[in-house]
Amino acid sequence: MSLIKLDHISKTYVLGDGDVEVPALQGVDLTVNTGEYAAIMGASGSGKSTLLNILGCLDRPTGGQYFLDSQNVATLDDNRLSRIRCRQLGFIFQSYNLIPQLSVVENIEVPLFYQGQSERRCRERAVALAERVGLSQRLFHKPNQLSGGQQQRVAIARALCNDPLVILADEPTGNLDSATGKEILALLDELNRAGTTLLMVTHDDHVAQRARRVIRLRDGRIASDHFN
Amino acid sequence: MLRLGLKRNLKLGFKNLARHLTRSILTMLGIVFGVAAVVAMLAIGEGASYESQERIKSLGSQNIIIKSVQPPEETKARPPSHGIASAIYGLTYADAERMQATLPGIDVVMPIRETRQDIWNRDRKIDGLVRAAVPWYLQVTGQRLHGGRFISHVDMHARAAVCVIGSAVKRKLFPYENPLGRIIKIGKDYYRVVGVMQPILSGAGEAGLVTDNNAEVYIPFTTARARFGKTILKVSAGSFEAETVELHLIFVKVTDMERVLPLAEMIETLLARYHPRRDYEIIIPLKLLEEIRRSARMFSIVLGMIAAISLLVGGIGIMNIMLANVTERTREIGIRRALGAGKRDITIQFLSETVVLSVVGGVLGLGLGVTLPLLIALFTGLKVLFTAWSLLLSFGISAAVGLVFGIYPAWRAANLDPIQALRHV
Ligand SMILES: Nc1ncnc2c1ncn2[C@@H]1O[C@H](COP(=O)(O)OP(=O)(O)OP(=O)(O)O)[C@@H](O)[C@H]1O
Ligand SMILES: [Mg+2]
Repeated sequence: MSLIKLDHISKTYVLGDGDVEVPALQGVDLTVNTGEYAAIMGASGSGKSTLLNILGCLDRPTGGQYFLDSQNVATLDDNRLSRIRCRQLGFIFQSYNLIPQLSVVENIEVPLFYQGQSERRCRERAVALAERVGLSQRLFHKPNQLSGGQQQRVAIARALCNDPLVILADEPTGNLDSATGKEILALLDELNRAGTTLLMVTHDDHVAQRARRVIRLRDGRIASDHFN
Repeated sequence: MLRLGLKRNLKLGFKNLARHLTRSILTMLGIVFGVAAVVAMLAIGEGASYESQERIKSLGSQNIIIKSVQPPEETKARPPSHGIASAIYGLTYADAERMQATLPGIDVVMPIRETRQDIWNRDRKIDGLVRAAVPWYLQVTGQRLHGGRFISHVDMHARAAVCVIGSAVKRKLFPYENPLGRIIKIGKDYYRVVGVMQPILSGAGEAGLVTDNNAEVYIPFTTARARFGKTILKVSAGSFEAETVELHLIFVKVTDMERVLPLAEMIETLLARYHPRRDYEIIIPLKLLEEIRRSARMFSIVLGMIAAISLLVGGIGIMNIMLANVTERTREIGIRRALGAGKRDITIQFLSETVVLSVVGGVLGLGLGVTLPLLIALFTGLKVLFTAWSLLLSFGISAAVGLVFGIYPAWRAANLDPIQALRHV
């Protein structure tokens, strides 16, 4: 049974008073299995982020069906989608998206907080994950006291904290220099080896080489999909 | 379905507010002053109305007081006798007797006469009001003795030359000594002091029963009748003008409070028949009490409106800040939404911030609103009264203001599109 199955997903943005329609995705079919590591590539504006947002249940497609863990999520309401994001998905963003006023552990805890876990359990898990991404010395630092690479590690720990079915990463190394980017990629490789399913948007061919599968988008369609 | 405990949200609210402490405090001030104003104004208002109600109650809510008044249209209508302008008016013994005889449900009818006299203790003098009283005067009026005794039935029989003096008379004539048993001179006659009255609350005079300068001297009714005759000549110093008044007051005590108003009407009809000039006035403490209560209620309503307005302003202040807060934290909202927060979680988060603001503001306001009137009371002697309902009300309103004015910003926050919010810089 596949983890993710997209069946003719389309997304059309309507601008203004409905005069201008922007087709961002036009019939995307995609199947991803548990434990895969796939890179999504394509020119700017080809619909990578749009696809990732739909996969991440942040957005709903205007057409087609999306089965996540064999549940059709394309039609769920906002509340149900929030629950799925909370319990089954992990996000890593290009610009880290940490909450500036929270410390490292507090940032890592956020998804657990919304699961309603006890404070003690949240804290234990957050500390363990901070150690796993190599930040045991920075538990109570604020994001602006960390380097970009460290911030992205916090984001990775945060994405891991709810044991997600899949981690969705939108250009996770886009803001980092190549050395730091490599460290982050090494961490992601390690996670994948440990069993985490990864979907990663990237512009960088070297980055894509590390993934075991490369999906290319062009004008909202899948142009190619092959395994390295 | 409430995924978040109230405690955690309030904690989060406190944390977020503490982060912008100055801003939070400034926002809170609106509520603080609003609540303080309500509590303080209500305490002062309640105190004032309580005090005047007590005063009127001390006149007896079962009493009807009828007072002689000079009819307005004739001041110098009568031809002068003995070269002195004289006006005859007012209540008579006959009035008192008629009331006693014909009206049902009357407990006591108590006539009072008074005359202004110079009162002497050797070379000390006071201008006092001599009042002819009966032994049950105290019981009817609710006034109290400070020392000694009041006029007795024996005094009445014997037409004894005894008197009970008011506190001001004592102060003036006997500043350093005990007046009991001493002799004072009232007009031309000498009287032995047998009792001293307790001072009357200032302002009690408004009901017409007593003057509040406490310069009364009470002598037995029978004695007064024997010494001053049936009528009393009042000579006003400047103009050689005399008034002839038989009774100055008639005090009617009714058996039952329910009967006060109907009986007052009956007295009115009775008197109107014999006094076409309307040279009397009927005072009903019960009615005064009701009027005071009514005006106190009005006062409370006005205060309530002022309070509502100031709390409204405070609430708008909170809403304004919270809207700015939502805009400022758009990205945080996006992040939280992406990580699994539902609309409900975001609503609760922002709502709990406003509730924390307004409740903390409400508590501070309560403190201020209780302290201020107490200080005022301490320095001015004004009476203040805190009622549980006024404290609860103002506190409840402040919490409600937080909720009401927090709902819109929280709703705005919750309904941001997560993707747009994440893109926000
Ligand atoms: N909110 C929106 N409203 C209207 N059009 C949008 C919106 N978001 C994206 N689009 C359009 O959809 C298309 C795909 O955008 P998308 O952000 O998915 O591209 P992308 O592949 O992620 O590009 P990049 O590599 O630059 O991030 C673009 O043409 C874009 O203009
Ligand atoms: Mg993009």
